[in-house]
Amino acid sequence: MRAEMFRGVPWLALLVLAAVGICAAGGEALLPFEPGELDLGAAFKPPAWISGDWASPLGADNLGRDILSRIMAGSRVSVIVAFYAILFSGGIGAVAGMVAGYFGGWVDTVLMRLIEIQQSVPAIALALILAAALEPGLPTVVLVIVLTYWAWYARIIRGEIMALKGRDYIAFARVAGVGTARIFLRHLLPNIFNTLVVLATLQVGQVILFEASLSFLGLGIQQPDISWGLMLADARQYITNAWWAITMPGIAIMLTCLASNIFGDWLRDRLDPHLRQL
Amino acid sequence: MLRLFGRRLLQGLFSIIGASIIIFVISRLSGDPIVMMLPNDAPLSAIEEMRRTLGLDRPLWAQYLIFIQHALVGDFGNSYRWKMPALQLIMDRLPATIELAVCGLLFSVAVAVPVGVMSAVNRGGWVDRVGRVFAMLGQAMPAFWVGLLLILLFAIQLNWLPAFGYGSASQFVLPAISLGWYPVAAQTRIVRSAMLDVLDSDHIRLSRALGTPERLIVWKYALRNAAIPLLTMLGVYFAAMLGGAFVVETIFAWPGVGRTVVEAVFARDFPVVQAGVMFTSILFVASNLLVDLSYGLVDPRIRDAR
Repeated sequence: MRAEMFRGVPWLALLVLAAVGICAAGGEALLPFEPGELDLGAAFKPPAWISGDWASPLGADNLGRDILSRIMAGSRVSVIVAFYAILFSGGIGAVAGMVAGYFGGWVDTVLMRLIEIQQSVPAIALALILAAALEPGLPTVVLVIVLTYWAWYARIIRGEIMALKGRDYIAFARVAGVGTARIFLRHLLPNIFNTLVVLATLQVGQVILFEASLSFLGLGIQQPDISWGLMLADARQYITNAWWAITMPGIAIMLTCLASNIFGDWLRDRLDPHLRQL
Repeated sequence: MLRLFGRRLLQGLFSIIGASIIIFVISRLSGDPIVMMLPNDAPLSAIEEMRRTLGLDRPLWAQYLIFIQHALVGDFGNSYRWKMPALQLIMDRLPATIELAVCGLLFSVAVAVPVGVMSAVNRGGWVDRVGRVFAMLGQAMPAFWVGLLLILLFAIQLNWLPAFGYGSASQFVLPAISLGWYPVAAQTRIVRSAMLDVLDSDHIRLSRALGTPERLIVWKYALRNAAIPLLTMLGVYFAAMLGGAFVVETIFAWPGVGRTVVEAVFARDFPVVQAGVMFTSILFVASNLLVDLSYGLVDPRIRDAR
């Protein structure tokens, strides 16, 4: 039974995710250097295996700031954004999808129209107009991602609920006088829980890419906060001098996304194989 | 078919109106546009005057009606920065964006079709396996980073292609690849699974039994059918390209709608942002509409079902 549960677990992916989590949670204590610390003598120091040294294994940027330290510090923004974005988009989407799927009628019509409207504005364009109107920063990034992704959850959860509500046990519960709130919490929610977990895991990679793109454009996280996308925006200005400043943060983004996608795929196959076409 | 067409058109119109409400409300969140238009030391009477002429003293819904009235005839106001009609600015930049999106789409299809076909023909073979690894990697790389890596390798290290600019054919290569990179994985998967279905069908088995050369079967008879799902999805991918263009145009200094809007955001040039976003949304809805309609054209079962 136990061995069965762990079969095919993507350990490498989990390891990467754990490393990102530890960097994000460990904070300053873990960092080899203060991530904002300037050392102009070390400016453009190449990675250790080229001609640098092991004090800053991934090299330094234009101001001599240690790239490894900044990548580790940047993981915090990725984790925080992913956490809140998924919590709110999943929460709002799940509630909207459950209510629309269960009650149907005009509630359902309104929701479907809202989803259509939301999907008629490209996500990045929505982000641009929001960033123009509001103060750019972490809360705006989360808001943009929530506005983009809640519809995705709502649509899928709605479909699941519509299939569930026709089942006999729901009808029995209703006939037996179980209240609507209790039907939602005790009879519907547990049945969509797996779907929610799978959707949330699959969303992690997309959220990280989205945050990086926004920060890269200058519409996301702002200096002096550190984010991988922002590091790349900086590094772009001296791309001819230091290729490592362009590649390293990108590799951090890629590995984190790859790991969460692989983990999400595995989880989906275990928990909810019919979501495979997503 | 006509009924489906009418209903979809209505839905599309509804979405566009919804989008215009979103755009209008969000831009009003930012506070008073008057402040942006008049110098800081403008007297209070001048501010009031301007407010009245622009209709900003009326309730929000009335303001929206004014906005939509003007938008309908293509008037989004003048760009604060360029001192010309915002819509005209967007229209001037549109061809460059469309060209880029089409080239990106061509690149992704040119990679996805052969890889998808070969993966299906040789299921589990090396093309299939390598393709799957690349698909996993591709889904984890942001478009702007792909663009930067391409610049690093082909423009700076090898000096083969220009790193930015617009005009010559060689300047299209890197932006088109960065834009087309992301959808390759999904398109390959669509072609692969469609091919697997078709190769298993009766008419292909019959052709095989009749001794038709395998090359002809795969690349002509099977692909013709397997291409339908991809063809109907092209509108969706084209729409996605319009979204991706915002980032890619910024990296490659591409004079298109995307970069114009990004720059307008930083300049707080609201008429341009509104016109650009509104216009992209309309293109977005239109391409999705085309997808729905092409489904109906290709597959008669869908026409009546919906």
